Amino acid sequence: MSNHVIRVQDFRKVYGDFVAVQDVSFAVMKGEIFGLLGPNGAGKTSTLECLEGIRRADGGQLEILGLDPGRDARQLRHLIGVQLQTSALPDNMTVAEAMKFFSAYHNIKPRDDLLERMGLTDKRKTQYHQLSTGLKRRLALALAIAHRPQVLFLDEPTAGLDVESRSELHHLMRELRAEGAAIILATHDMAEAENLSDRVAILLQGKIVAMGAPVELTAAASGYTKVSVRTEKSLLLHNSVTFPAVEQRFSHDGYSVYYSIDPGPTVTAILDTIAAQKDRLIDLRVERPSLEERFLEITANGGNHERL
Amino acid sequence: MSAFSTHFSFEFKSGLRSSTQMLMNYLFPLGFYALMGLVMTQVNPMFKETMIPALVIFTIMASCLLGLPNPLVESREKGVYRSFKINGVPATSIIAIPALTTIFHALISSTLIAVTAQPLFGGVNPERWGVFTALTLLSALAFGGIGALIGVVSSSARSVVLWSQLIFLPSVLLGGLMMPLAILPESVQKVAALLPATHAMQAMEGLAYGRETVYNPMTSVFILTASVILSFALAIFLFNWDSVNNARRRHSALALLALAPFIAGAFLI
Repeated sequence: MSNHVIRVQDFRKVYGDFVAVQDVSFAVMKGEIFGLLGPNGAGKTSTLECLEGIRRADGGQLEILGLDPGRDARQLRHLIGVQLQTSALPDNMTVAEAMKFFSAYHNIKPRDDLLERMGLTDKRKTQYHQLSTGLKRRLALALAIAHRPQVLFLDEPTAGLDVESRSELHHLMRELRAEGAAIILATHDMAEAENLSDRVAILLQGKIVAMGAPVELTAAASGYTKVSVRTEKSLLLHNSVTFPAVEQRFSHDGYSVYYSIDPGPTVTAILDTIAAQKDRLIDLRVERPSLEERFLEITANGGNHERL
Repeated sequence: MSAFSTHFSFEFKSGLRSSTQMLMNYLFPLGFYALMGLVMTQVNPMFKETMIPALVIFTIMASCLLGLPNPLVESREKGVYRSFKINGVPATSIIAIPALTTIFHALISSTLIAVTAQPLFGGVNPERWGVFTALTLLSALAFGGIGALIGVVSSSARSVVLWSQLIFLPSVLLGGLMMPLAILPESVQKVAALLPATHAMQAMEGLAYGRETVYNPMTSVFILTASVILSFALAIFLFNWDSVNNARRRHSALALLALAPFIAGAFLI
């Protein structure tokens, strides 16, 4: 039996003459965090809002837990949790009232434990309009997961959050994943997507241009590995020794930086040269391309990359 | 607590926390009542005859037409209903519960007026309190439905004011609240028949006070009942979760169908 809890097949969404999303297909498994990346206007929010049942798809098939979000929205309300990119609560609704209000509609007891976890306990009597942006987002997240949804949609969940809240949210997401929830995460934060997501899809102009595990996507990048070296006498900065497999070199902030297509021989040769010059190694960094670099590479090329 | 009672409790408290709601539900109608009681009863002692039903209807109109629609528009524009939708709050509750809590606030003020008008200003009490109470409820539901419909179809606070005042001001002037319908010219009476306040006033005078009326009070009851059903049904049918998503958008002009019972009444009575 398939573990897929979300299936999107040939999904299409148009606004008048503008095609926002076309031919998008992907599936998300139980206990998986699926990152949806893309620049502004790429179609992330349209895809999410159609899956959440807020908007209607104009083509293709959408399925969540075997239900159609357009047709079975009412049944899905208690099975999915949603944190919208833009939403609000009534200005004079307090934090405690919000939890009580939505818990009543989900037919559950108010989750005071979640308010505590999200650092909202001492704000229980504070009205919504008095909360900071970060606290509003924390409350929205607490409300989204209060009924222990099987599928969670998070649209820019850490926008406006401080470092501590962001870390707490990441921890919470990993916990929910461990409990078997499927999470779709739309974000601009590449480090967040790379750290949290089991798989990511990059959307560009309404189409998926790359999809796979972050490590697979970065491995499929242009192939350069960045090797940065700093030595005591900085002799590498002042000579033009060439190293094997190096395609490009420059210096930055006291480091000699090499882009290598085969880092093994490059690093060996660099170390041999340092020893031969009787210099001393202070720092050596070998970095593969990050998801952010891969993302920029893909978007700069207009998505002309093969899907993994 | 059930979802309904939790929602009702929040909306009721919300009405007490909001200064605008407090103004429309309590300060404005009760202030107007005090003014009319002190001044109008001296200028025109006949006003005491109709003081209670007139000011009860005025109170209901202030709450339902001037107080109810704006929060509905603001909530939609701010994205509150999107949050409600994703958490399973049905459109019926979003329309009906604020309308019911507004009616509840209006009934508190109306009760104060009905109970104190006689001892304070010599207002004439209804002959049949039970009928008067039932007709007050019916009128409140009729105006609640119209207020909800205005909130649903208005695109901004400015258009709320326009639509609300289009009903409120003629109702105060021509609905029999400030001067008896019988003294108005026949052509104006025809126009007045298009106003819910006229029918509320006619029904109360005819059925709760046992007075002679211009229109058959039972016809007015029928028109008000039809208006309750039609306006709430249209409000739910035309409801939009947000201002940018037109998935459910239907033409606002359909709201004019809520006038059908009054137009039919104007021709029939």
